[in-house]
Amino acid sequence: MAKVLVFAEPHGTTVKSVTFEILGKAQGHNLEVVTIGNLGAGTLQDLAKYGAQKVHTIKGKNLEKYSPEGYAEALHDFISKGNYDYVFAGATSAGKDFFPRLAGMFNSGMASDVVNFLFEGDKWYGTRPLFAGKCLAKVELQGSKPHFITIRPNALGLPSAPKSASPTTSEFSHDVTSMRAVIKEIVKGASEKLDLTEANIIVSGGRAMGNADNFKVLNQLADVIGATVGASRAAVDSGFAPHSMQVGQTGRTVSPSLYIACGISGAIQHLAGMRTSKVIVAINTDKDAPIFTKADYGIVGDLFKVVPVLTQELKNLLGK
Amino acid sequence: MNIFVCIKQVPDTETKVVPNKDGSFIETSSIKWIMNPYDEFAVEQALLVKGTNANINVTVARVGSVQSSEALRTALAMGADDAILVEAADNLDSYTTAKALKLAIEKSGKKPDLILTGKQAIDSDCLQVPQLLAQMMGLPSVSVVVGFELNGENLVLKREIEGGALEIYNVGLPCLVACGKGLNTPRYASLPGIMKAKKKPLTQHTLAALGISDADRKVKYSEFKLPPEKPAGKKFDASEEQNIGKVVKEVVTLLRNEAKVI
Amino acid sequence: MINFQLNDDQLAVKETALKFAINEMRPAAAHHDQTAEFPKNIIHKAWELGLINTCIPAEYGGVGFGHVDGTVITECLAYGCLGMNTSIMSNDLALLPIVIAGNHEQKEKFLRPFTEKFQIASFCLTEPANGSDAAGIKTSIKDMGDHFLLNGNKMWITNAGFAEIFVVYCTFDSKQKHKGLCAVIVEHDRDGIEIGKPEKKMGHRCSDTRAMTFKNVKVPKENLLGKLGDGWKIAMKTLDHSRPLIGSSAVGGAQAALDHSLRYAKERIQFDVPIANHQAIQMIIADMTMKVEASRLLVQKAAWLLDNGQKNTQYASMAKAMASDTCMEVATNAVQIFGGYGYSVEYPVEKIMRDAKLIQIYEGTSQIQRIVIAREGLS
Repeated sequence: MAKVLVFAEPHGTTVKSVTFEILGKAQGHNLEVVTIGNLGAGTLQDLAKYGAQKVHTIKGKNLEKYSPEGYAEALHDFISKGNYDYVFAGATSAGKDFFPRLAGMFNSGMASDVVNFLFEGDKWYGTRPLFAGKCLAKVELQGSKPHFITIRPNALGLPSAPKSASPTTSEFSHDVTSMRAVIKEIVKGASEKLDLTEANIIVSGGRAMGNADNFKVLNQLADVIGATVGASRAAVDSGFAPHSMQVGQTGRTVSPSLYIACGISGAIQHLAGMRTSKVIVAINTDKDAPIFTKADYGIVGDLFKVVPVLTQELKNLLGK
Repeated sequence: MNIFVCIKQVPDTETKVVPNKDGSFIETSSIKWIMNPYDEFAVEQALLVKGTNANINVTVARVGSVQSSEALRTALAMGADDAILVEAADNLDSYTTAKALKLAIEKSGKKPDLILTGKQAIDSDCLQVPQLLAQMMGLPSVSVVVGFELNGENLVLKREIEGGALEIYNVGLPCLVACGKGLNTPRYASLPGIMKAKKKPLTQHTLAALGISDADRKVKYSEFKLPPEKPAGKKFDASEEQNIGKVVKEVVTLLRNEAKVI
Repeated sequence: MINFQLNDDQLAVKETALKFAINEMRPAAAHHDQTAEFPKNIIHKAWELGLINTCIPAEYGGVGFGHVDGTVITECLAYGCLGMNTSIMSNDLALLPIVIAGNHEQKEKFLRPFTEKFQIASFCLTEPANGSDAAGIKTSIKDMGDHFLLNGNKMWITNAGFAEIFVVYCTFDSKQKHKGLCAVIVEHDRDGIEIGKPEKKMGHRCSDTRAMTFKNVKVPKENLLGKLGDGWKIAMKTLDHSRPLIGSSAVGGAQAALDHSLRYAKERIQFDVPIANHQAIQMIIADMTMKVEASRLLVQKAAWLLDNGQKNTQYASMAKAMASDTCMEVATNAVQIFGGYGYSVEYPVEKIMRDAKLIQIYEGTSQIQRIVIAREGLS
């Protein structure tokens, strides 16, 4: 049995759901969770349900909010005392940011953005996409332990029926005394919604949107199904949407459960960024658009006519 | 002031990627290589800073194989002052790459005040080298930077996080900044710039000369393969207005009952 | 020795030119085609990168490129938009007579400013009644002692509405035909120059094309290139330089049409397979590919001869005729491969087809080129 630590990234009063995906997949091993800051009782129960045997909470000076140096330093201190084989985190904005620094502190290897993994005995093997998902490869870690791994959100999926349990909890204290890169404020983005890379459902618009204003058609649909709105490079380059919304090889690589592509023809570099989506719906007037070759459900038609009908239909279905 | 920009050469985004015969990497013989798009933002940012003060030296550094279309030469033509190439295979892991960059920077004899990189390379997509390099060099770092303001020795940086929100960092020099899309608009290498670049110094090292061996590798890749092709999907015709209602109902039912995503 | 490999400089220059064509020119091409608006900002940007005026020698502030380098750049720019490229290339065509026949003072005075500041030059040869028969032009130049007086009409003058200087072909005695020809530099702000409205055209719609009238325009004597009667010699030399350049623009346009076709043929499904799988389409694509590459090689050889100080008159004509005919044929075939979509302005190939036609006409029609080729061969 390997000794596994999962970093649970705080998210409001709970933790990012990728934490549960990792716990579910790593069951059968000695599973511990570490977080920074207070967790609600419900979250502790949830972590235990998915297999966390112990939940450690790190508290101390300069850890109230995220900072790459503070988080890395505190976790370095904690992990050094724990003799762990593998340390996991979600490949979220924060995970991608401070985990490499943390791995560097141990001179350890790290596998990024892993979409699947298994243990053979105590030995870990992962699968991860490279070249924006155009290729998959097997990844192994070598050299001194602990080894570090980040997992792409939504890739593993949640296990179906977790058992009820209560974890052992412990507190660990670490004061961060010096920090060089300090966050002085956080400016909220245009969207309060989940980031594209973490969104479970994405509605994307392409060049056919015609202008920025027309994205409201997609926003209405997204509101009904709790989706985040994205855009193709063509739409971004035409100034219809900001860079932060771009899905594709030079934008965000996403793998939601449902991806709805509206008026996107499906250039190679866009497909590379969304092809790992579980289910793809495409709406396009051109029946030969390449996007249809990747779509599970293709609707040949004008998005401005189809999307409002789809929004209404889902509204009725979901009782909103 | 010394600025180092670390760049990588990657397959063009339009390239069709094919695993090689033994699955140990991809087929590289017919690939068109370009400067990693995020690194272009890093080069541009260095040149913008250089534009404010004549006493700034910009060095570009790259670890990778020798190519005829050399990204370092492009960076020099854009306006960088000198370049360092560490000859290596194109499938190193992040740790080895970061270590090679660190040693090459140290060997240059110039003390870096600012290191700029792209936020990620679009081939291995690891997002590790900037933070690893910063850690190895004992520097603070900020990644996915989309806003950059240098006042004397102090930087105000905007880092993009979830949902387009921004973390605003204050950090002093020296530090490492990993650049994201939207930070600036990279300039083209001008024709006079291309001719001038020929006379700019390019230093070359091997991994071995820097004291790096296979033992430094922490991450091993194998079994490169193409992702499984999806079976053909279902297509519905809603080009006639009277069919839209029916088609939408059918697709929603399938999303709920067959795909189980709603 | 034979070498078909571009050197490192040429590869780097090609990268910049192609990036510029794809990122700056191509996205704006349809707009400028529809509105016929002159793409001044784009041409200005191209100038900032050194993509214009490549014919200016290094000693007068130019980058110091050769003719093969010039064809590499022009092919890339034409790949982005043939119409915009005409306006860009037009500067080189107008400045070439100064490079070829200007004295040191003229080069300093008229070439150097183009390297220091963005400005446009125009080349005035064709007249309402004289195109192919250039030796028969009527615009007259009269020696008034301390200056010349210029009178006459010009037609189809590219960039006329924006030019700082014009290089005007004229005659001191129209009865002497080519022996009477002269080439003279005329600044745009001289009295007596009338510039017509932009012509409405089938293709190259964003390039500025106008008629001009010179009415008793006073021109200083030091503006004459060479001496009176040197005009024909200067014009012929200029054509040796300019025709490979025009040829390379045709290659760029043809390559764009071919690339669009390749992409579309793999995407478009008919009879349940991509149309690229049908031999009928493969045959067309094979012909397109062969002719584009053959044209490119001929163009590059015509330029290479110049770079190596050899006479290239016949090659220049072969390159221009072959490449422009190829561009027309390849663009027409591209529209054929696209079918109905190809005929629609929603797709880029119909524009290339309209643009291609002009290349068979300007700077010597395809028929004139054949006359030159035959004459050179038979002499």
